[in-house]
Amino acid sequence: MLLSFILIPFVTALLLLFIKNGKSANTIAIVSTLGTLVAAIVLAGNGAVDFNAPWIPVLHAQFFLHADGLAKILVLLTAISFPAIIIATSQNQPKQKNIFLSLLLFAQNGLMGVFLAGDALLFYFFWELALIPVYFLSSIWGGEKRIAVTFKFFIYTFLGSLMMLIGIVFVYMHTSDQSFLITSFAKANLTAGLQVTAFALFFIAFAIKMPIFPLHTWQPDAYEQSPTAVTMVMSAVMVKMGLYGILRWLLPLFPTAFVAHINVVVILSVIGILYASFIAIRQDDIKRLIAYSSIAHIGLMNAAIFSHLQIGIQGAMIQLFSHGINVLGLWIVADIIEQQTGTRSMQQMGGLAKKQPTLAILLVGFALANIALPLTNAFVGEFLMFNSLFQYNIWVGAAAGVSIILAAIYTLNMVQKVAYGEVSTQINQMQTINKPAQIVLIVLLIIVFVTGVFPQPLFDLTADSLQQIFVK
Amino acid sequence: MNAIIVSAFLGVVMMFASWSIKGENKQKNIALFGLIFLILANLAQLNGWFVAEVDTNNMLSFTRFGLYTNTLFYCLTLIYIWINGEEISKIGNHAADFYALFFFILCGASILTSFNNLLMLFIGIEILSIPLYILTGSDKKSLFSNEAAIKYFLMGSFSTGILLLGITFIYGATGSFNLIPPDPSVLNEQFMFSAGLILIFAAMNFKVSAAPFHFWTPDVYDGAPTVFTSFMATIAKSAGFIAFINIYLVQYKPFEKTWGIILPLVIISTLMVGNVTAVFQRSVKRMLTYSSIAQAGFMLFALYGTSSFANEGILLYIVVYSLASVGIFAVLVKMKENSFEAFHGLAKTHPLLAFLTTVFLCSLAGIPITGGFFAKYYMINAVLIAGAGIWLVVVAMIFASISVYYYFKLIQAMYFIPGTPAIGELDKSYTYKLAVLAILILVLGVFPNLLFNYLYF
Repeated sequence: MLLSFILIPFVTALLLLFIKNGKSANTIAIVSTLGTLVAAIVLAGNGAVDFNAPWIPVLHAQFFLHADGLAKILVLLTAISFPAIIIATSQNQPKQKNIFLSLLLFAQNGLMGVFLAGDALLFYFFWELALIPVYFLSSIWGGEKRIAVTFKFFIYTFLGSLMMLIGIVFVYMHTSDQSFLITSFAKANLTAGLQVTAFALFFIAFAIKMPIFPLHTWQPDAYEQSPTAVTMVMSAVMVKMGLYGILRWLLPLFPTAFVAHINVVVILSVIGILYASFIAIRQDDIKRLIAYSSIAHIGLMNAAIFSHLQIGIQGAMIQLFSHGINVLGLWIVADIIEQQTGTRSMQQMGGLAKKQPTLAILLVGFALANIALPLTNAFVGEFLMFNSLFQYNIWVGAAAGVSIILAAIYTLNMVQKVAYGEVSTQINQMQTINKPAQIVLIVLLIIVFVTGVFPQPLFDLTADSLQQIFVK
Repeated sequence: MNAIIVSAFLGVVMMFASWSIKGENKQKNIALFGLIFLILANLAQLNGWFVAEVDTNNMLSFTRFGLYTNTLFYCLTLIYIWINGEEISKIGNHAADFYALFFFILCGASILTSFNNLLMLFIGIEILSIPLYILTGSDKKSLFSNEAAIKYFLMGSFSTGILLLGITFIYGATGSFNLIPPDPSVLNEQFMFSAGLILIFAAMNFKVSAAPFHFWTPDVYDGAPTVFTSFMATIAKSAGFIAFINIYLVQYKPFEKTWGIILPLVIISTLMVGNVTAVFQRSVKRMLTYSSIAQAGFMLFALYGTSSFANEGILLYIVVYSLASVGIFAVLVKMKENSFEAFHGLAKTHPLLAFLTTVFLCSLAGIPITGGFFAKYYMINAVLIAGAGIWLVVVAMIFASISVYYYFKLIQAMYFIPGTPAIGELDKSYTYKLAVLAILILVLGVFPNLLFNYLYF
């Protein structure tokens, strides 16, 4: 069962390399990702599942996959995102469609592996595997400055993951049974001092990936320069790798060191939230605006996790999913506008509501979710997260709370500039948007409101992971 | 003993073959058959089927590790000649001479994997080095090649002098050339012994091109014909590492406090010189020579080893690094010039070749699912288990991420920058041979233990 999440994308990706016809390549990719989605839904309905096979006996490394609630919710997010991305962008994919889709599916393979791996070495393996296809995708098909920007992103992340590798070896040495399994890692005899070292090594990797405030400089450029499909993968799913890493590895394995660093990390995150929000207000480029807004949201999730309160972590787990859906919706809308008008500058947009009422309604829907208005999915998560931050420290909570207002400013500002006002010449060129993209957006918007009104399934799904973290 | 005798004999055979057998292809095939015979002879000793008995007074001792390493060297040479045979015959007039030199080098390498006596170390290193000087200067009409050979010869001789001085000091302190660590109470001259150890350490650093004894490397590797650079930077250099480990890890480990202080300095300076200088190179060949210095820094980590990770790790590192380097030099040989610009647009015109080059580069950079990842992994593990301090590993990893910069510059040139690559004629079969290398690297990248299954029985 779990193996299918690794194998379906992998086999399809290999297959696609040999299919030169762009149209059939697209169909195969869509069918494959929909298949994964079905598997993910089935998985979400079942209990915890394991898969275990020997891998490198000398090192006691195992091919161990494990799906609990936290893994399931992210597998589900990945499974939803990929078909959505492929369908929505199928009109503007580059010439060598099969290679492009193949690399995308390799990335999906890596991401699934990251979320399911229960063995540290395997986790590291997939962690890198998710990165490499993205490097190639962005460098080949990205914007003008793509090579330098993607390279910065790659080296940044690679440095982080090498530090994590040292951390993995370091903990491995201290396990009693010389194993990479997460259960053995949890039992490793690390003194408080050693925990801090291991914590630091792991944390650098996750902090770069998320990214947290001083390490975020690669992100806006990378989002702006990558092809839109890749930007969607990065911001909807890939950044979740960092948060997932914290929830899965950092928090359970090094609890003492975790508690010792709560203050530093929360303060850095809150600085990041405010910093990113203020920059977002000043943006004119719609892609950069979404990028900075994403940094702010990720920072909030990180702060909530590090508040080390049950509600905060619960909120963050749900928000991992919701943020993915919302940001995906925003990117798709932004992409449609950019494809049809050829501009990303919001100065040159305006009057979308008159010209394209459906698209405008969808934009407003996702924008409201971005501000976490009640009834939308983000409200559930953000409410819990702010709650935990206020419990952690009222001043920190208040500072982070400012970001709600800031989010409202930049998001509504965007809606106002894009949707209302006079119809600009660029917007006037727009033609009807294609049906598949429209359907994807509507489905996503339905998810936004359904999980916003009725979030209980998400709570149920993550309950077991939450319990595990807090039983210890 | 089998391997030493057979390889020396084959060297002589190849010398005769150069005038008695015409046709370069035939000569290459004889060399390949000879290598297979050499491998079989070595396996015969490894499995105890047939062992040539020669009384060496315990100056040579054949361990399973040493014999297994021999096998790996021979197999790598086999692959190397199989791929590069044609290119070798393009240089000079007598290809068979070069094959003879390869066999002599292998003879030296076989001594280096089994010496138990400092004189044998000296003889092994000399048998290994002198053919290398000749190979460097083999392109007689090129001034660069001649200059490189002279430079290599002079500096190599100088380092041999240092090695001999060190050996003399140790002889003076212990009264024996044998490597068996002396009883500390017998050491009447502790200072002389330490000085000897450090002098040998310096000389060995020269042979494996570790900083600050690396200055010959860029010019020599750059000046030598590219096919031979490939051999020098991989198999010949690896033999030096095995010798290094044989002295310091196996025999003189108890005296670690004398040379152990210098080791981290050497490692860090090697990593720094190699990686930082490689970033600024305009020529791919020069970049690769500096990268080979940088890789030597990683291989030196094996000297920390107290665990099986060090022994296994150095073997894995040697194999993976050699495979990747042989591969990338084999691509470079086919290019008309050595600049990065020559690779522009290679992915468009030669997609498979570009992909294979990417695999080689990723392996050198240590990216997962290539063997290079596990090679680095074993080294990290060895150092951490030896308790050398995590800071050293962190510094090494920072340099490793710098290395990504220059390796990926070549990937960028191939994939992302349009242009027409300056590449010569290329057979389909040549690319497929390289694909075999890449497959080996990928297999070792997922199942590194395949290499060690045969090490213990």
